[in-house]
Amino acid sequence: MAPHEIRRPFKRRPISDQQKRRELSLLRQTQHRSDAQQRARNLASSVISLQSSSPDVDPEILSEAVPELDEGTESESSNFDVRQASRLRGPEARKWFARQLMLPEWMIDVPDNLSQDWYVLARPAGKRCFVVSSDGTTVSRVRNGSILHHFPSALPGGARKKGASGPANSYSILDCIFHESDQTYYVIDMVCWRGYSLYECTAEFRFFWMQSKLAETGACDPPSFYHKFRFSAVPFYNCDQSGLHSAYTGSLPYVKDGLLFYNKHAHYHTGNTPLVLIWKDESCSQYVIDTDNNGEVPNQQHIVLELQEEGKLVTSDDPPVPFSCLNADFVKQSGLSSGSLIRFAIGDGGLKCVDGRFEKADLQYTGVSNRARAFADSYSKIMFQYMARHSPLKVEDLASTISHENQQDKPPEVEMSD
Amino acid sequence: MAMEITQFLLAAQSADARVRTEAEASLRQFQEQNLPLFLLSLSFELENNDKPAESRRLAGILLKNSLDAKDSARKDHLVKQWFAIDVALKSQIKELLLRTLGSSALEARHTSAQVIAKVASIEIPQKQWPELVGSLLNNMTQQGSPAHLKQSTLETLGYVCEEISHHDLVQNEVNSVLTAVVQGMNQSENTAEVRLAATKALLNALDFSQTNFENEMERNYIMKMVCETACSKEAEIRQAAFECLVSIASTYYEVLEQYMPTLFELTSNAVKGDEESVALQAIEFWSSICDEEIDRQEYDSPDSGDSSPSHSCFIEKALPHLVQMLLETLLKQEEDQDHDDDVWNISMAGGTCLGLVARTVGDSIVPLVMPFVEKNISSPDWRSREAATYAFGSILEGPTIDKLAPMVAAGLEFLLNATKDGNNHVRDTTAWTLSRIFEFLHSPDSGFSVISPENLPRIVSVLLESIKDVPNVAEKVCGAIYNLAQGYEDSGANSSLLSPYLTEIITHLLAAAERTDGAESKLRGAAYETLNEVVRCSNLSEASSIIAHLLPAIMKKLAETMDLPIISTDDREKQAELQASLCGVLQVIIQKLSGREDTKPIIMQNADDIMRLFLRVFGCHSSSVHEEAMLAIGALAYATGAEFVKYMPELFKYLQMGLQNFEEYQVCSITVGVIGDICRALDEKILPFCDQIMGLLIQNLQSGALHRSVKPPMFSCFGDIALAIGAHFERYVAPAVQIMQGAAQVCAQMDTLDEELMDYANQLRRSIFEAYSGILQGFKDTKAELMMPYAQHLLQFVELVSKDPLRDESVTKAAVAAMGDLADVVGENTKQLFNNFTFFGEFLNECLESEDEDLKVTARWTQGMIARLMHSS
Repeated sequence: MAPHEIRRPFKRRPISDQQKRRELSLLRQTQHRSDAQQRARNLASSVISLQSSSPDVDPEILSEAVPELDEGTESESSNFDVRQASRLRGPEARKWFARQLMLPEWMIDVPDNLSQDWYVLARPAGKRCFVVSSDGTTVSRVRNGSILHHFPSALPGGARKKGASGPANSYSILDCIFHESDQTYYVIDMVCWRGYSLYECTAEFRFFWMQSKLAETGACDPPSFYHKFRFSAVPFYNCDQSGLHSAYTGSLPYVKDGLLFYNKHAHYHTGNTPLVLIWKDESCSQYVIDTDNNGEVPNQQHIVLELQEEGKLVTSDDPPVPFSCLNADFVKQSGLSSGSLIRFAIGDGGLKCVDGRFEKADLQYTGVSNRARAFADSYSKIMFQYMARHSPLKVEDLASTISHENQQDKPPEVEMSD
Repeated sequence: MAMEITQFLLAAQSADARVRTEAEASLRQFQEQNLPLFLLSLSFELENNDKPAESRRLAGILLKNSLDAKDSARKDHLVKQWFAIDVALKSQIKELLLRTLGSSALEARHTSAQVIAKVASIEIPQKQWPELVGSLLNNMTQQGSPAHLKQSTLETLGYVCEEISHHDLVQNEVNSVLTAVVQGMNQSENTAEVRLAATKALLNALDFSQTNFENEMERNYIMKMVCETACSKEAEIRQAAFECLVSIASTYYEVLEQYMPTLFELTSNAVKGDEESVALQAIEFWSSICDEEIDRQEYDSPDSGDSSPSHSCFIEKALPHLVQMLLETLLKQEEDQDHDDDVWNISMAGGTCLGLVARTVGDSIVPLVMPFVEKNISSPDWRSREAATYAFGSILEGPTIDKLAPMVAAGLEFLLNATKDGNNHVRDTTAWTLSRIFEFLHSPDSGFSVISPENLPRIVSVLLESIKDVPNVAEKVCGAIYNLAQGYEDSGANSSLLSPYLTEIITHLLAAAERTDGAESKLRGAAYETLNEVVRCSNLSEASSIIAHLLPAIMKKLAETMDLPIISTDDREKQAELQASLCGVLQVIIQKLSGREDTKPIIMQNADDIMRLFLRVFGCHSSSVHEEAMLAIGALAYATGAEFVKYMPELFKYLQMGLQNFEEYQVCSITVGVIGDICRALDEKILPFCDQIMGLLIQNLQSGALHRSVKPPMFSCFGDIALAIGAHFERYVAPAVQIMQGAAQVCAQMDTLDEELMDYANQLRRSIFEAYSGILQGFKDTKAELMMPYAQHLLQFVELVSKDPLRDESVTKAAVAAMGDLADVVGENTKQLFNNFTFFGEFLNECLESEDEDLKVTARWTQGMIARLMHSS
């Protein structure tokens, strides 16, 4: 019954600042509520399982370093999170961390559905490492588990700043390559973020998360007092013709060292996995063929194998691929023991394959491997290196596989009847 | 039998307070002791032409107040009371009311029309007064019905239409009502008072007439009558007819095409030559058409296909003439329209409509307006200059940046100079136009701005000079600075172009806020709001020390408000308003500085003093809790974290007051949100206060008097408390979940066609899930088994929600999360339950395919939790 109001706002902003403040407050509250609930959820899912019965870990050191662990449960697998692991010292720490990386197999044949199911990215040249930010500090460890840098960073919980009061359990783990010349950590994968575990997430999701979350923190900003190294997410592409082309020839701020292929559906699998592949050729990598300690390509291909019981020599794969055998006397004489990593050269007899599988190798013993090594070579690495020296897989082979796939993808012509 | 109550009714209006109070008490006593008789007596009073006008007037008011109230709980109560009254007695009352429509006293007729509509609103939906429409129509058709009876009958019909839905009547009745109303508009048969009443009744009946508007013949007839009426001799009737056209423009946009030539002619004649009250409605007709077309453009998503509502491009088709007509109105300014907020005249309506036209048609308006601008902007006559500037400012929203950028770049320097124009209006409109330029053509973040590092110094210096102008101009300059700052909000982490000017800008804004000549304008509020935006959008690494200095200055100002002399309630209101502005600034500063670890200590160091001030602000206002102070306290709790506990003893009573403030539900809602902030800050330390908080929350949720919008935040708050105190929530879990289950039930029964209600249902459901999540996660590892009895109900609720196509994404997310929490927390005991609820697999798949990444993450997590459960032995 009120008269009809036809006044309209004149020369005025349509929303009041108070309303804006109210809405911003609500937004902040909603965000914090969901963060708080998310944190509560993540306490459970982010722990990383560790076999405490594993023979590599000395239970004494473990129980000393991690008083919370009940010594009585040594036969059980117990949950063990990265903050506890970060208290491990010396070789145990190295071994523990060394096992946390996902290791690509070398591409010795081209997988199916490259263009549909795979991403491709140009691997930066440098040291592969695992970066953990937690409790106000950031630590990077290279593949064998030893510390590369210990530094403050803008990653969540990555610096001890005055007045900082983030949640104590917030830690993040990144899979990176440290690129020396621009002192940058190039992030190739994200494993945990703010305590949220991404182990069980697909690569597709992890990559999305990595691109969107990293920038939020300021970790990609130039170095500053509380942020010693810049981080940068590596660009990735769908592995179709143009994606492959971009990764292979595209100009990037870093020196390339081959191409990495990620299966989109694969979870973060620690250790070797065929769902991530590395491929190199001369034009996208300076290090296609392994060099020796002087940086020169030796005449013969060198490989490292692990000595097992009864003199068996195997690769680092799971299950290990047996390559050869050493006789027991030789083992004894040379002071070798089970678990030793041993270096061989491949002789003129080369590698013999039957139906694409390795059958026999002409191995020449050269000695015990460098102590810094934690692993034997993988089967795929040995094969790739061998192919690289003899009949390499070329980028043209990849491209033609993709174009062949695309032709198959075209829908069959269907005749419509009335 | 009715009682004689005239003396009481007169005495209740006596100038003598004692007499008045006594009479009021007697009336109240009568009402409480015998409501039916009381109402009957009032009806007699109203009907009786021998009674004094004063007693009849009060009788009418009391009748209305016995049938209707703004407060919905009170209204429900009144309706129940009415239903309880004896049917025969009610018939008597209704008969008296209908008879009053024929009274010779205009006021009694008018009151009776209103009371009848109130009774109708209660009874007609229940089919309890089927004869009402018939008897009203009888008044219209009976031979020799006096004009005044027809007039009040039409008025009654209009009010009844406004009160009830057309679904409450059968189509036949609707048709008869509409026929009676439209016939009442007939010029040759009716007096002016009847025609006016009929036209006003039609306005109320338009929503009723959907079926009739779908029928072309009936529609033609109605439109013909309205258009004829729009040319009546009497201005008041013409105005009412144009009001009908405005309403038709938005309600029946789809069928207007064939009438547009006539409507265009009618409205342009009115705009050019009719009285202002009529001309304003004629302009409003076009504004409404713009609203419709803008709406249609905004909701016209390409994938919605056929279902999108039709767009007839009326504005585009009429564009050259329409723009010409509107530009002419711009020259009819009043001398001091910028000083008085209550003015609404033809140039303001025309200018506003021009802005809407620009938003409707975009680029094509530019060539039609620019010649007018160029011709008039340098005219010696201030009206021409002002109109030209206004025209320019009003087309800045709508056209593309490509189209506008060259013009604006070319005109910017002219406008900057025009801030020195000799005429106040021109300067006011110039400042407003600058603020529009910065609003629409300055977003460096998205790649375009008319402002460059080269012209920025000049722009800032002009603005800071102009902010010293008269208050109405200064207020517009604040708006310009607001938009200028906003443009730089996301200007990258490293640097903001505005940083070098920050100190100066803040100084000038504070000076503007201090001015005493701006009392009547909104200058002070505008200055503080702009200050907020400047702080909010500043680059913290460059501005931290400036903001750190601003903090004590604002605290000092807030402290000074406590010493203002308070004599009248007006003084009290002004104090509260100033405190609101200053608390607002403090809130923004607290949020800004606590956003980064290196500036947070500034807040920590001042927290005690800031809190003391907020408590003093609360102390100034005994009757209610100060909303802005409460809002700022939430920000402070977030900044200080667990240390906030030391403020709780003193703060707590205000939190309780806030929770109990049902009337100002915004205050209540904000308080609930702040309690959530405090829970997150204090964790377990909130425990000592929880009995009282939970008591109040539960009591509120059970009350019918609480505004419904506060309920969702209250459920969310359950979750906040549970997460903070963990296992200690045990003692609240039974009553809390019971209410949650009740509310879940209510959601299931809501009318899904009501959009507003569905919005509310979504909020409510989300908040219930949030409560479940908080409680479940709080009980994890300690009291998980306590939730087992509720697991089935929770899953049923999730299932119900999962089957609802209207749920929004946030509800889905909360539902999925709560389901995962159940699996995670209660664990193995729910395995069998999950086996029984097969829906979740499909529901999770749907979520995993969502575009929303947050939802995907949550669904993935939930999937993992349920998988873990299923694989456990």
